[in-house]
Amino acid sequence: MAETPIDRLARNTPASVAHRVRGLSDRAIAWAFVTPTILLLLAINIFPLIWTIRLSFTNFRANRPNEPVEFVGLRNYQRILTDPDIWHTMQATAHFLFWTLFFQVVIGFGLAWLINRKFKGNDLLTTLIVLPMMLSPAVVGNFWTFLYQPQIGLFNYAVEFLTGGSVAASSFTMLGSVELAPWAIVIVDTWMWTPFVMLICLAGLRSIPDYIYEAAEVDRASKWRQFWTMTVPLVLPFLMLAVLFRGIENFKMFDLVVQLTGGGPGDTTLLTSIELKREAFEKWRTGFSSAYAIILFVTVFGLASIYVKALNKVKER
Amino acid sequence: MSAYSVTAPSRRSKFFAGALVLLYTVITLLPLLWIISTGFKTGPDSIAYPPKVVFSPSLEGYVNLFTSRTRATNEQLAEMPPPANWVEEIVRRRNEVITGPSRFGERFMNSVIIGFGSTFLSIFLGTLAAYAFSRFRVPLKDDLMFFILSTRMMPPIAVAIPIFLMFRGLGLSDTHLGMILLYTGVNISLAVWLLKGFIDEIPREYEEAALIDGYTRFQAFRKVVLPQAATGIASTAIFCLIFAWNEYAFAVLLTSGNAQTAPPFIPTIIGVGGQDWPAVAAGATLFLLPVMVFTILLRKHLLRGITFGAVRK
Amino acid sequence: MNVGTRAIAAAAVAVAGMAGTAAQAQDKTLTLCWAAWDPANALVELSKDFEAKSGIKMKFEFVPWPNFADRMLNELNSGGKLCDLMIGDSQWIGAGAESGHYIKLNDFFAANGIDMANFVPATVTGYAEWPKGTPNYWALPAFGDVVGWTYRKDWFERPEIQAAFKEQYGRDLTPPQTFAELMDIAKFFQGREIDGKKVYGASIYTERGSEGITMGVMDVLYSFGFEYQNPEKPYDMQGFVNSPGAVAGLEYYKALYDCCTAPGASNTYMGEGIDAYKSGQVALQMNFAFTWPGFEVDPNVGGGKTGYLVNPAGPDGKRFAQLGGQGISVVSYSEKQADALEYIKWFAQPDVQEKWWSMGGFSTLRSVVENPSFAKSQPYAQTYLDSMAIVKDFWADPSYATLLQDAQKRFHDYVVAGNGTAQEALDGLVQDWTTVFEDDGKL
Repeated sequence: MAETPIDRLARNTPASVAHRVRGLSDRAIAWAFVTPTILLLLAINIFPLIWTIRLSFTNFRANRPNEPVEFVGLRNYQRILTDPDIWHTMQATAHFLFWTLFFQVVIGFGLAWLINRKFKGNDLLTTLIVLPMMLSPAVVGNFWTFLYQPQIGLFNYAVEFLTGGSVAASSFTMLGSVELAPWAIVIVDTWMWTPFVMLICLAGLRSIPDYIYEAAEVDRASKWRQFWTMTVPLVLPFLMLAVLFRGIENFKMFDLVVQLTGGGPGDTTLLTSIELKREAFEKWRTGFSSAYAIILFVTVFGLASIYVKALNKVKER
Repeated sequence: MSAYSVTAPSRRSKFFAGALVLLYTVITLLPLLWIISTGFKTGPDSIAYPPKVVFSPSLEGYVNLFTSRTRATNEQLAEMPPPANWVEEIVRRRNEVITGPSRFGERFMNSVIIGFGSTFLSIFLGTLAAYAFSRFRVPLKDDLMFFILSTRMMPPIAVAIPIFLMFRGLGLSDTHLGMILLYTGVNISLAVWLLKGFIDEIPREYEEAALIDGYTRFQAFRKVVLPQAATGIASTAIFCLIFAWNEYAFAVLLTSGNAQTAPPFIPTIIGVGGQDWPAVAAGATLFLLPVMVFTILLRKHLLRGITFGAVRK
Repeated sequence: MNVGTRAIAAAAVAVAGMAGTAAQAQDKTLTLCWAAWDPANALVELSKDFEAKSGIKMKFEFVPWPNFADRMLNELNSGGKLCDLMIGDSQWIGAGAESGHYIKLNDFFAANGIDMANFVPATVTGYAEWPKGTPNYWALPAFGDVVGWTYRKDWFERPEIQAAFKEQYGRDLTPPQTFAELMDIAKFFQGREIDGKKVYGASIYTERGSEGITMGVMDVLYSFGFEYQNPEKPYDMQGFVNSPGAVAGLEYYKALYDCCTAPGASNTYMGEGIDAYKSGQVALQMNFAFTWPGFEVDPNVGGGKTGYLVNPAGPDGKRFAQLGGQGISVVSYSEKQADALEYIKWFAQPDVQEKWWSMGGFSTLRSVVENPSFAKSQPYAQTYLDSMAIVKDFWADPSYATLLQDAQKRFHDYVVAGNGTAQEALDGLVQDWTTVFEDDGKL
């Protein structure tokens, strides 16, 4: 191996010298290891972000490259924050975010808790359960429009079958009605991403050492009590991390929902990212959409930093 | 674990747990099975009203996925030599003739190159950075970690225009390298966060022992830490791959002829008028296979290793 | 010409072409950008003739419809060199001309004897001119398209259905000539059992994401008296966009959606319409003409089971249809403009246009469509021809995308989500559009 001479060299270096070299190289290694990541993040994330911030103070339109770009100060921000339509999309996003997280946490944790009974074949079932999250969201969204089709899709017929025929397949339409469409997108996202939450919960459950329960048994604590005083608090940090990642992803949700409803009916499922795409790539109001993007970013950033603080507190307990 | 262990679930509770999970599995797999079975339907069967559960299987979807075809009249067909193979036969039955391969193969290869390339790069850079954050004093460590996470909070649409212009300027537009760098940039935050957790869990004593043995820091990292972190690396790799493999928004806006991946391509497979659902389903099925195989191969690591040490001190 | 002789002819042309151009043919390629759809596949086939004759290799970039505008306008706006030739949507022509994305073709047409008078007039206005109504050409009409209707001829011809209709409406069941008749027929079929299946009246455009519902609504509104602006005073929309006729038209569209479409048809555009029609769910279907060749060969609805209809007339007998289709332009950022023009010159030839039609491409060359044998060449040929004579198009203004998004929102909100009234929707639209033109400094 090519390293062998280096090994030998290292071994033959006097300890004092080696120590000094190592002392130096520690720092050098730290920087050498971190720098490429930071550079990449600067290039791919920070540089475009700064560009976007700059654009957000202008009236630039990417489809009018020849027009002079004017500096408009905070006008874009002002227009967005006073626009009732934008608040509507924020509400739609909040609804989507809250209910997807709620269902994914409840079902995901429940499944993990059941799988942790270690029944026969739990490995196989776990592997099967995670399959939906490996599909491409765009393909999933595209295909679910097909599944939700009242006449030719599977979903409505399944509902008809499960309700014993009292709800006829073509009597309701998931994507077309103002009441049901917000739930239709929640169902698909939950179907797809519950396994993610489940995996993390499972990891949490498996990290709890058995002796803790054994001690509890000795103390004659009821199963119910064990669950609430030991299982839940010990899994909580894991669950919170899962919620953090899912929350960030769903705040940005675009591909799945755009394929499913395109924001409709009306503006019922118009999530912020879809509205953003419309402003940026259909109306080509680049300056305006940049300001919108910054507002979204600041919102997630703010929520996430509060959340991470809370997460760290839970961790320390 | 012995049967008398106080903490082992009882047989009955195991049975009920198993039954419930099995029920969930069946329900959750139904849509997936529907996609897979649609791939084996004919065009008319795929949009049959009411839907067909029982149908005679056909490879039409797969044939359509891999070929491009043009319409031919009955008279034209009559004058042609008889079909050379079963593929031609299937196509001719629908009054079409094959004009060449479709672009699905290329798109699929692009996905392989970009998906696995960016996963490798994310893991490579992510492991290095995570090790540094875990073991060394990096100034403003916590802030940097949060900064790294925060780069994931920007909606892709928001930065697409600057990235588009930047890539064009650098000649990275519609190239494999450009997409690999882009996906790595998006994935690396997750990779660093997850991997730091895993590396935090590896006792420092191992490395210190190696250092005393005369290993350099780098050797200690390579020979002691890396093998210990293998499990964490594997499960992180799965998550990175799932993202890069399936990403849509950037791919649709930044790639076209050369580097377009399969996700923007699959929903757009058009047959003779309208969407060719069997071909779309066939594409979705084939596209699922590599990630599925990758996950099953790394299954042990996924299940055992996903401890997400990130939340433990 | 049969296939054999055609192949020999093609081979002969290829050999002759190669001999002449082999030296200069080396890595000459052109990239043509268009939407990913059925006609694009036909164009690839058609272009093989150009490759053989010119020695220039054709590359194609087809982007799916929902992303076509985003992707291609992004390309054009950033001065991209990806596309040498662009078959851009008809509404882009204003931006293409004003922002300098396309090159002006007047001199080229004059030098090569291509006369716009030889093309169907509506397509010249729709696909090539900017500003509209002036002889400034930025494209060659490439693919004619228009919204029309298909109906289940086989159902219409069944005696029991005819009898039931006559009993209910006191007249014969004939293909609808007015929108009022169309609604009657749709109502008649809605919920009816045919061959053991429940069927529905009509499939109409309701898609939210791109342009679907606007194309559908406009297709109806024109015949009800909708005008984009005061013919005397450009951009004056009050009383034209929201005229009483327009309001009645929008109310009609909602009534049709509520009474006579299949449940769940809330996000229907071309593809969903095709699926609904082919699967035998609906008796009538609104769709662009490009879908028609596909129905003729379909096992369920092909082979004479489908009839084709020109858009019906409104209450006052006015009859218009929404224009689709595209022209082919040379991108000004291309470095191969001479070769690209060569392609357009080849494409404009009558025999190429003839072949284009035979392969399912809707030619708009008059010598092709006015040929006496044309009307008989396909069951839908006459309908296409009649429809092309009554077309109107959406704004082709450089701000068309914003205008379109405003319309999408207002129409979907009223028709599908059921919010507000038709009057409110159109009043709101006047407001939205006024703001857009004010921002552009046109008002």
